[in-house]
Amino acid sequence: MDTKIATDRLRLSFGETEVLKTISIKVHKNTITGFMGPSGSGKSTLISVINRMIDFENNVRIEGDATIDGTSILDGSINPIELRRRVGTVFAVPIPLPRSIFENVAYGPRLKGTSDRTTLHHIVEDSLKKAFLWDEVKDRLGTSALKLSGGQQQRLCLARTLALKPEIILLDEPCSGLDPISTAKIEDALSELKSEYTIILVSNNTKQIARISDFSAFFYLGELIEYDTTEKVFTAPSETKTEDYIQGKFG
Amino acid sequence: MRINPRYINRLVRMGLNVQAYFTVGILIIIVAIIFFKGFPHTNFAFIFSFPEDMGREGGIFPSIVGTIQLALLSILLATPLGLGTAIFLTEYTKESLFTKFIRFGVESLAGIPSILYGLFGFIFFVIKLKMGWSLLAGVLTMTIMILPTIIRTSEEAIRAVPRQLRIVSYSLSASKWETIKKVVIPAAIPGILTGIMLSIGRAVGETAAIIFTMGSSLRLPLSLMDSGRTMAVHFYILAREGISMEKAYGTAVVLVLSILLINILAYYIMNKAIARYS
Repeated sequence: MDTKIATDRLRLSFGETEVLKTISIKVHKNTITGFMGPSGSGKSTLISVINRMIDFENNVRIEGDATIDGTSILDGSINPIELRRRVGTVFAVPIPLPRSIFENVAYGPRLKGTSDRTTLHHIVEDSLKKAFLWDEVKDRLGTSALKLSGGQQQRLCLARTLALKPEIILLDEPCSGLDPISTAKIEDALSELKSEYTIILVSNNTKQIARISDFSAFFYLGELIEYDTTEKVFTAPSETKTEDYIQGKFG
Repeated sequence: MRINPRYINRLVRMGLNVQAYFTVGILIIIVAIIFFKGFPHTNFAFIFSFPEDMGREGGIFPSIVGTIQLALLSILLATPLGLGTAIFLTEYTKESLFTKFIRFGVESLAGIPSILYGLFGFIFFVIKLKMGWSLLAGVLTMTIMILPTIIRTSEEAIRAVPRQLRIVSYSLSASKWETIKKVVIPAAIPGILTGIMLSIGRAVGETAAIIFTMGSSLRLPLSLMDSGRTMAVHFYILAREGISMEKAYGTAVVLVLSILLINILAYYIMNKAIARYS
């Protein structure tokens, strides 16, 4: 299986605090990879390296390397803005931009220079369909995105990311504030999307990881404890820590 | 002795009520006196005709035009300048001695009495730069005067835009400037407009700084180099020199009505902006 994203002995610290301790992981193309672990395990920090959103934090020191398709993304020659077109992100709390549903989804394409109304409309419709939101909003694309429910807002955020036509989608606990029905809709969308995208799903919800991911990684205190196929991790974990976490003994 | 909290509650509510009504009451009394004294002298002809005999007769058309010119031009100059400064201070600098210095300067500027601005404008624009008493000198002086208000209100409005909105914008591949242009400023528009409104009020109501720089010509200012007077100056001269109290109050009525109109217009624009970006 092709490797899409890889980190090589990646270490990261905020000031004196080491948050990632020598992480080496290979994420495979066109799969959903679940990152799980208790809070403070470094999983969210790891994805903020992949989308270079780490640039907005202060006092960060990084060693080692991270690559996409074999090319380093920590290299000084990499343009983070270009990178973020290839690596889309959905955050834990859905934050629609204060504008219409249409304009939220069209935000990324417009930044890329797409201004033709028909093309934009096509992208918006396509992205909303992929995020399983189209049917609920198709008659009111012009209304404010802030009027949507929490679950709809999160699918809007997914659609907004898809509109960038990225290769990779990072989801940082996307369902943490959602009800089970909305969660199911997001999960359905993700399962369909993996044929086209490489998806990393950060979640505290081990059941969710078990349900939809192909590979699972378990992080603990900045270390990658276990990484294997989801089936293997959830049925026969090789580390007792993983087993304890999955069984809910801590977390 | 312990007083029942219910009574204290009632007392506090009553006190706050009285305070609120007092504020509104004063406003109503002022406006009522002005209207009572001035309204009989305010009519279509008064607004659209030229003053005669130093303002004893005729209307106030030139001073209405002068007021609009002064307010509009100084806002057009001060807004981009002030907004730019605010963006620079909030988005492009880290808190340092330099930004503290700029902020201190801005705040000091805000505290200077307007007569000193007038004096400065007179010495610098009117005399040194040989502009003479002119609309241009008035506009430049007024621009400097309202700049601190615009900077401070814009800065606060920009600071109040949640960091998460910026993060989302960056994550969707926006650059810093695109984020400022497309997310931060639209979200800050209501606050920025508040600053502009306050500034218009200041420009419209100013007398001292205007007399020193724009002069007090009764003619219609047709170019930037012409002298002219605003309604506030006209009112001041009519009343101060005992020319005509009737015409003075008539002017005051138009002044109050135009401030009201500006406020309504500003609220209208603000609501439009809020509706568009939320």
